[in-house]
Amino acid sequence: MNATTNPIDLRLEDVTKIYPGAIALSEVSLSIRGGEVVGLIGENGAGKSTLMNVLGGTIAPDAGAIVADGQSHAALTPAQAIELGIAFVHQELNPFTNLDVTGNVLLGREIRTGLFGRIDRTAMEQRVQPILTRLGARFSPRDPVLGLSLADQQLLEIAKALAVDARLVILDEPTSSLTLSETQRLLEVVTDLRREGVAVLFITHRLNEIEQVADRVVVLRDGKNAGDLGRAEIGRDRMVQMMVGRDVKRLYQRKAHEAGAPVLQITDLRTQTYPESPVTLALHGGEILGLAGLVGAGRTEIARALFGIDPVLGGTVHVRDRLLPQNSVAAAIAAGISLVPEDRKAQGLFLEFSISDNISMPSLARMSSRGRINRKAELALAESSRNRLSIKAASLRGPAAELSGGNQQKVVLAKWLAMEPAIIIFDEPTRGIDVGAKAEVYGLMQALADRGVAIVMISSDMEEVIGVSDRVAVMSKGRITGILNQEQLTEEAILRLAVE
Amino acid sequence: MLRKDLGLATLVVTVGFVVALINPRFLSPVNLANTANLIGLFGLFSIAEAFVIVTAGIELSVGSVIALLGVLFIDMIANGVPWPVAALIVLALGAVIGLLHGWLITRLRLQPFVVTLCGLLIYRGTARFYTADGTAGFKFGSSFPTLEWLVTGRTWGVPHSAVAFLFVAVLAWFVLHRTVFGRHLFAVGKNEEAARYSGINTRRVIVSAYVICAVLTAVSAIFFAMYTRSVQPSSHGNFYELYGIAAAVLGGFSLRGGEGSIVGVCLGVILLQELQNLVNLLGIPSSLNFAVMGSVILFGVIADTQFDRYRTAKRHAATRASLGKPR
Ligand SMILES: Nc1ncnc2c1ncn2[C@@H]1O[C@H](COP(=O)(O)OP(=O)(O)OP(=O)(O)O)[C@@H](O)[C@H]1O
Ligand SMILES: [Mg+2]
Repeated sequence: MNATTNPIDLRLEDVTKIYPGAIALSEVSLSIRGGEVVGLIGENGAGKSTLMNVLGGTIAPDAGAIVADGQSHAALTPAQAIELGIAFVHQELNPFTNLDVTGNVLLGREIRTGLFGRIDRTAMEQRVQPILTRLGARFSPRDPVLGLSLADQQLLEIAKALAVDARLVILDEPTSSLTLSETQRLLEVVTDLRREGVAVLFITHRLNEIEQVADRVVVLRDGKNAGDLGRAEIGRDRMVQMMVGRDVKRLYQRKAHEAGAPVLQITDLRTQTYPESPVTLALHGGEILGLAGLVGAGRTEIARALFGIDPVLGGTVHVRDRLLPQNSVAAAIAAGISLVPEDRKAQGLFLEFSISDNISMPSLARMSSRGRINRKAELALAESSRNRLSIKAASLRGPAAELSGGNQQKVVLAKWLAMEPAIIIFDEPTRGIDVGAKAEVYGLMQALADRGVAIVMISSDMEEVIGVSDRVAVMSKGRITGILNQEQLTEEAILRLAVE
Repeated sequence: MLRKDLGLATLVVTVGFVVALINPRFLSPVNLANTANLIGLFGLFSIAEAFVIVTAGIELSVGSVIALLGVLFIDMIANGVPWPVAALIVLALGAVIGLLHGWLITRLRLQPFVVTLCGLLIYRGTARFYTADGTAGFKFGSSFPTLEWLVTGRTWGVPHSAVAFLFVAVLAWFVLHRTVFGRHLFAVGKNEEAARYSGINTRRVIVSAYVICAVLTAVSAIFFAMYTRSVQPSSHGNFYELYGIAAAVLGGFSLRGGEGSIVGVCLGVILLQELQNLVNLLGIPSSLNFAVMGSVILFGVIADTQFDRYRTAKRHAATRASLGKPR
């Protein structure tokens, strides 16, 4: 079925979904037609992903109906969803790392040729290349998926959805790990799709994206409809008000920090990814240093090398004039460094372990005497973290896997904040968390900086980089192309340095 | 104790009850002591196996190590080496084997299955070559009273192997469930990358698991050698690794790592010995031995997953009821 000749007409009526221990959706309704871009917003755990999974056929609702093209279903199966022309980009990425890019994009829709149905690689690659170009991806159809960064994996998932001629494309936080230029490209693609008569459901916590592309906004709060906004009514404050139920006055409360003594000195550090580009950078106590750049600029690599995850090819790192031993996470932690990793599922969390076990994992040494764990202290830590970051969880002993994406991110933050480090590197700290929580995280960062903690924030969210940082170092292709201080901080200045 | 363990404990008691009903000899002091002895012997290496499985690894050379180290232990003593020295050497060899396996797995990035499968073949082959495919045994009439009392003796009717097992089990429980190291073992098994990011020295943790496993296996090798008093390497300890794995799986250990409890593996060992006993006492042809064991393990694992589903369904229903509006 083609979107132009046969646009989709879809309604969710009074959909209810109950998980053991949580009511994710209660009588939620939503409708969408071909040629329409609907933004779906709500706080972490509001039920957005659950609602989309109902549409995608991966979750069967407990009550309610899905009316597609006039036909009512109690639940969809994934096969029915595909049949209806629904393509889904999930919030949590699950690429097949044993296949290459082409294999992933056209999985299950391989092009065959000849008598024996041999897989036609050339035809497949020719099919995939234009989609990648359209998205501005820097990887090619033949690249293995194993080494792709989180952002590239995200583009891959989007490419997968574009490869089918869908009538409805669901994007669940597609931009959470993308930088400005890729995001802009994606928004253009969304506009193109609308023109072609495709319906797009767009979930995001970056509200300016909604302002740019959405025709209509549906707001969820605590698993219920909290109202709709038409094109003319869409505005940041209005959306926040509806999502949170109160005003979030100022997202960024910048205080100028007195930069203290230098605590971290990186000299000529060379990483595996960019062996030819030595990096030199100094970090002072009490400052927030933003690390900006396009995806793949080598920011995460610096963080990983510093923290001892990746081998270092050359150069030195001094913490308070003491040489930091290389290739040892334990040594980095002992020196007071923490790294909040970007990929919460693979690097940040033990999904099946309880929330409390997750939070205490790196701090166990402090919560034990002679190797024996003090379980009271452990639970107390989890409890205080829950309050500090307002983690929405039925029970702290429940597995982290049952949390919504944003709440999982909060657990990762909690885990590292509990270490009370002197130097924190945040790699995309607000990936997937809602405005209210973002304001809290920024407040937390400011408070830490006030106490003299040195902070590096790697972020692809331009607004955030400008709003929070005292200084911004911009990277491009493994080099630091410039350092901007407060007065010089503008989007254009950052972008210019990022593409240098 | 986990809820899973409770289910297994119920099964252990039920099977024991049924066997006792059909054949009261099951509860006779002689049979109980014998069974306790076997539980002790098999329990030692089953706990060893559990330490490796929790890290998402596997140790297939347990039986072969028991054969090889058993041969060496008996041969050393028979040739006049004082037994404490021989015991120390055997334990040290165990540590070396564990270090080697751990090194191959963490440094050369070989798969545990492959490494320990090769170990299984190599150690048994070596043991058979060493004895010229014969038997290692003591000279007629030789005796080592202290060693024999320590390893095969009884106190108030309780076999010392069972005492050793209990001691090791309590220690293992403490290490696995109450210490930082134990938590690290689980973490490494569940998500090695996240463990690294959490500052855990994953290589050291994994190597330690293999060393603990091999040293415990060495202890068990000494007990087995003194129990049989002669070791025929072609059959001594055959399939013991599978027995250990079975006990661990029954006890709730996942082969994917990061799950399981020591109480569970101990109950698993007890259940397997009970079944052995059941086969003997009920006059079931001993050729059916493995078949009975296999069926019960399968039953146990199925019951476990079904029980899980039942609990989830109950929680689900409870949440729905709290909404006050059933479908
Ligand atoms: N598998 C699960 N088991 C139990 N509860 C779950 C499960 N998945 C989600 N939930 C709960 O359902 C609620 C809604 O989750 P959902 O993932 O839809 O939120 P969301 O709006 O997508 O949030 P986010 O912005 O953080 O991604 C949450 O309270 C969450 O804890
Ligand atoms: Mg979500």
